[in-house]
Amino acid sequence: MLSPDIILAAVLNGLMNGAIYALIALGLTLVYGVLHIINFAHGATLTAAMFVVFIAFTVFGIDPFVMIPAMALGFFGVGYALQRFVVGPAAQGSDNNVLLITLGLSIMIENGLLAVFHSDTRSIDVPYGFSSFDLGFTFLSVPKVAGFGVSLAVALVLWVILIRTDTGKAIRAVARERMGAELAGIDVEHIFAVTFGLGAATVAIAACLLMPTFYVSPRIGNAFVLVAFTIVVLGGMGSIPGAVTGALIVGIIESVSGLFLDESLGQLGIFILFILVLLLRPTGLFGART
Amino acid sequence: MADPLLSVEGLVAGYGGVPILRGIDISVGAGEVVAVLGANGVGKTTLNKALSGLVKASAGRILFNGADLTEASPGAIVEAGLIHVPEGRKILPNMTIRENLELGSYRRAKAHRKQNIERMFTIFPRLRERAHQLAGTLSGGEQQMLAIGRGLMAEPSLLILDEPSLGLSPLLVEEMFDLITQIAADGLACLLVEQNVVQSLEIAARAYVLENGAVTMSGSAKDLKSNPDLEKAYLGI
Ligand SMILES: Nc1ncnc2c1ncn2[C@@H]1O[C@H](COP(=O)(O)OP(=O)(O)O)[C@@H](O)[C@H]1O
Ligand SMILES: [Mg+2]
Repeated sequence: MLSPDIILAAVLNGLMNGAIYALIALGLTLVYGVLHIINFAHGATLTAAMFVVFIAFTVFGIDPFVMIPAMALGFFGVGYALQRFVVGPAAQGSDNNVLLITLGLSIMIENGLLAVFHSDTRSIDVPYGFSSFDLGFTFLSVPKVAGFGVSLAVALVLWVILIRTDTGKAIRAVARERMGAELAGIDVEHIFAVTFGLGAATVAIAACLLMPTFYVSPRIGNAFVLVAFTIVVLGGMGSIPGAVTGALIVGIIESVSGLFLDESLGQLGIFILFILVLLLRPTGLFGART
Repeated sequence: MADPLLSVEGLVAGYGGVPILRGIDISVGAGEVVAVLGANGVGKTTLNKALSGLVKASAGRILFNGADLTEASPGAIVEAGLIHVPEGRKILPNMTIRENLELGSYRRAKAHRKQNIERMFTIFPRLRERAHQLAGTLSGGEQQMLAIGRGLMAEPSLLILDEPSLGLSPLLVEEMFDLITQIAADGLACLLVEQNVVQSLEIAARAYVLENGAVTMSGSAKDLKSNPDLEKAYLGI
């Protein structure tokens, strides 16, 4: 029988993983909520960002946590430019085209990375990689606790941007009523690009938080995005609070079911939950009932 | 005579290469209320969309306040002070009344946002009571007031109102026309697009009648009121 201590430890560990899932899911759900498309390049963007963090550490010795501001800004710019100058113009107003273009982008990024790095897995060796806090009944990894804090802080900042700033209000306006937004003078193409940029920035931050304790390989991003997609559906497509809550729930379920089932079957719990949600509440926990 | 505020010359526009507007000439002077009348489907809304840059003109010119806006983006047109309050209101239902008003000054008159919100609450007291309510919960008449308020937040030089009385109860229609009269009395130029002929001609100085994408009648409101052809044109007989 499992002791309460072990279960509590698994819950804490799940929360910490869940916070990083939240970051990845936020970008996906934001882009879906505003552009009404699934960005198939989200996973490849995460992978690319992880490689940037990997190179910055191994070649230049820059710590992943120190990289956060530069990665967020840099990937915001890349995401903005991709949507504004590549995806948007090439889509010519068709959502199906956007799907194909983002899928094409993801294939290009992945194959580019495969060509350069092959399919090996790589990790970095930060000095604090194995430091931990001793809680008495369990140990918490220092980089994971830091990742948890940063993830929730980023989610909060994103929320404040959306609620308080004019750009955030414009994002919400475009998401719901495009013509009304345009007639208020909002440049819809600009807002689409900002949203895409925010999505890229959140995965770039996630990459910084993952690298101290995880490894990178040219296809790794997709594994995370698959979980993130489950979270987005669970929380309600387009809902920010839904993505955060869903991510924490998924993190806990994955970690706790890993105790009972086996490490490698931890994700089974997630997909059972996913199917249950689709059956019982197809619009997700926070989704609008339409 | 001084140049008019808005002058539209030979405007041709439509959807997917099919022209709906077939060479429209209209003008609005500074501070003038001009009505555009016409039955359902004659192209009134398409005209408004062309004026606000949502539909591109394939021929003709749109001159506003000395600038050529024919090729301008919707954002640039808002910046120039030509504000379009659309048919069906198009308010932001998932945002509060206050946020809707704030977005009215997203592109223009942002510095006066605070005073102007206060001014809107004075013109539309019912919006003040509901400032923190989601706009989607408002009644049709209140939504129309919010849409006009959002337009006024940009301190327009010309306000286009597309069927502001559509779908309102007779009492509210009366109130809406009173409101428009009040707004226009402050010297704001309005292009009032309506199917409600009698009331529109009460408050407009001049009017144009549209039929099948072209202007078929125009003149002072007084002359049009007594013109027996108006009813015919309007009913499409
Ligand atoms: N988005 C659109 N795409 C194609 N045709 C349209 C569109 N909107 C309006 N139309 C057509 O253009 C014509 C004029 O419509 P509209 O300008 O809305 O008229 P009104 O406002 O006078 O009722 C109608 O025949 C209508 O079917
Ligand atoms: Mg119309």
